[in-house]
Amino acid sequence: MMIDAKELGYKEINEKLRESGNECEINDCLGQRFIAAGMSDKHIKINGVPGNALGAYLNGAKIEVFANAQDAVGDTMNEGKIVVHGNIGDAAGYAMRGGKIFVGGDAGYRAGIHMKAYKEKIPVMVIGGCAGSFLGEYQAGGIITVLGLDADNRDKKIVGYFPCTGMHGGKMYLRSSCENIKFPGQVTVSHANGKDLDDLKSIISEYCEEFDLDADEILDTEFTVLTPDSKNPYKQMYVAN
Amino acid sequence: MSIRYIYPEFEVVRNENRCIACRVCERQCANEVHSYNEEKNVMISDETKCVNCQRCVSLCPTRALKIVKSDCTLRENANWQNDTIKEIYKQAGSGGVLLSSMGNPKPLPVYWDKILINASQVTNPPIDPLREPMETRVFLGKKNGEIERDENGNLKCSLPPQLELSMPVMFSAMSYGSISYNAHASLARAATELGILYNTGEGGLHEDFYVYGPNTIVQVASGRFGVHEDYLKAGAAVEIKMGQGAKPGIGGHLPGAKIVGDVSKTRMIPEGSDAISPAPHHDIYSIEDLRQLVFSLKEATEYKKPVIVKVAAVHNIAAIASGIARSGADIIAIDGFRGGTGAAPTRIRDNVGIPIELALASVDQRLRDEGIRNTVSLVVGGSIRSASDVIKAIALGADACYVATAALLALGCHLCRTCQSGKCNWGIATQRPDLVKRLNPDIGSERLVNLMTAWRHEIKELMGGMGINSIEALKGNRLMLRGVGLNEKELEILGISHAGE
Repeated sequence: MMIDAKELGYKEINEKLRESGNECEINDCLGQRFIAAGMSDKHIKINGVPGNALGAYLNGAKIEVFANAQDAVGDTMNEGKIVVHGNIGDAAGYAMRGGKIFVGGDAGYRAGIHMKAYKEKIPVMVIGGCAGSFLGEYQAGGIITVLGLDADNRDKKIVGYFPCTGMHGGKMYLRSSCENIKFPGQVTVSHANGKDLDDLKSIISEYCEEFDLDADEILDTEFTVLTPDSKNPYKQMYVAN
Repeated sequence: MSIRYIYPEFEVVRNENRCIACRVCERQCANEVHSYNEEKNVMISDETKCVNCQRCVSLCPTRALKIVKSDCTLRENANWQNDTIKEIYKQAGSGGVLLSSMGNPKPLPVYWDKILINASQVTNPPIDPLREPMETRVFLGKKNGEIERDENGNLKCSLPPQLELSMPVMFSAMSYGSISYNAHASLARAATELGILYNTGEGGLHEDFYVYGPNTIVQVASGRFGVHEDYLKAGAAVEIKMGQGAKPGIGGHLPGAKIVGDVSKTRMIPEGSDAISPAPHHDIYSIEDLRQLVFSLKEATEYKKPVIVKVAAVHNIAAIASGIARSGADIIAIDGFRGGTGAAPTRIRDNVGIPIELALASVDQRLRDEGIRNTVSLVVGGSIRSASDVIKAIALGADACYVATAALLALGCHLCRTCQSGKCNWGIATQRPDLVKRLNPDIGSERLVNLMTAWRHEIKELMGGMGINSIEALKGNRLMLRGVGLNEKELEILGISHAGE
């Protein structure tokens, strides 16, 4: 079903999406918020720029955006996949607990903040370009990968300031030697090898299929892996009173 | 051995004539205060570990035990009191932030106790609730500003979603993780039987409790633990937690030691990992941002459920509440500075926030002044201790009250204020299976139902005395209240006259 978003509010767009079959396409999207909030079992293509909280609480649907997206993409998503061909705004994947967010371009501040995981349910976020400051703040689980494609040509750092602040779970991969990046004391910084590379290969292969890129070429570069030292960062901070 | 600076706060007094060395006290104490000396066939105690939870006292079959406050004290000093000095010792010994549990125990003013309720004499008749119908039901949610009729003159009945409560009290948020499975089961079952609601807190909803969904408020807080589509749709309402009265302005850390088994699964974080709720919602820096979260939740639940925004009572609460009312929230919950907690830094619990009585009065007045009081319902908590507190809150302008500490007391809590240890001997604030099973949900829910049934009757008696037969007629009816021993500023904020006026 085709939905012409022109002059429709977010409420109407979501009503139409709920009524429609599994294949939907939204045209002329212009900043409408909350698109596909909580939806499952749908494949939604969006032409134009969706507004904040795209795919919030997403529960299994696949969303493809052929432009930029705004803030809070995939807020608290549980299952499904969001593919954004352009850039995304701040706080993408806030507290996501499952599913995947693939971004072709850059991400704003606080991408992957407080991502979680439980057993085999592991959320994955891949940012093709560069990420802003506070990447993976409070990260409690899941895998965040930043590729920094074309970063050098644009004279951009792969991540902004204060990555991994408060990180206490999950993993972060940065496609860079990260020599010029300062990480907080509670994370271990190492070169990706062995099982890390196997995990990366499967994540990046899936990413490259969406964006029609060459996975081997992307993988043929050094990756830095970041893991937290402790699952209990505040254990020593308190005294019972 | 280093010097022990702190003498035990309590003494275990054991009447040796009564003690039969049955070792019940030893088995009952998770803090390991009691032990048995086989050689001498006597029970001995290590008082340094005692938290005065009274479990051993309650279970001792021969009433041989009592716990008393030790009279071994430091030299009296009105400025440097015993507790203050001991806190210094604790911090000097550990370098740690002081961590406490439950509500603020300091002798700060309790305005409920300085407000008196009116009754009818001669000029209007009181009503006897035993013989006349009394309405204690309340509906929470946005109310339409005016009556609308269609072209045939019939009423348009298109109210936004409402919560129906049989009485103006709900059990407030306590997460699964901070309290036990059996405590949650007791609350859920009691709420269902009573026709009121309980609140999941920020710990997700255990799959066994989805059946109680119509009587459940599901909470969304900054850590978003356990939040997903099914969870949001399971509850009768969704509550966004911005703050908590016991610890305004900070988040929460449920220690990894409590993230075990089903708690881990319900929160969707790995076992043993700290559950960290950040201080802010990092997507909310303004009322406009709050509006975005309110409406993302409304979209996800298809506008079928009211959205509650819970905040702590702080200095500019009236302006904050006005903003929340304009954010699209259906209900505002305000938590006063005496509200309970499973763990909060002592300094914050005891020094941050304002009394709920003053916050409620100023919010209700502000929303009236701005003409938006009907666009939102007001729920207040922290701390509501009795039916008369409920009546006073309603008369000051609340639509309903949240209670938690009172509910825990009904479940057996003795307010020893060491929830953070995870060793609750009453099976409430613990995840240890041997302790959790001490709380029987059949008995727990029955005691909660008893408590609320009693309160409901008292509410009717108090209303009847005033000649009021419906909660709606009491709401914001401050003429029914008088202050005693309050200064003019306090009376002005509360919007009540002094007794005798």
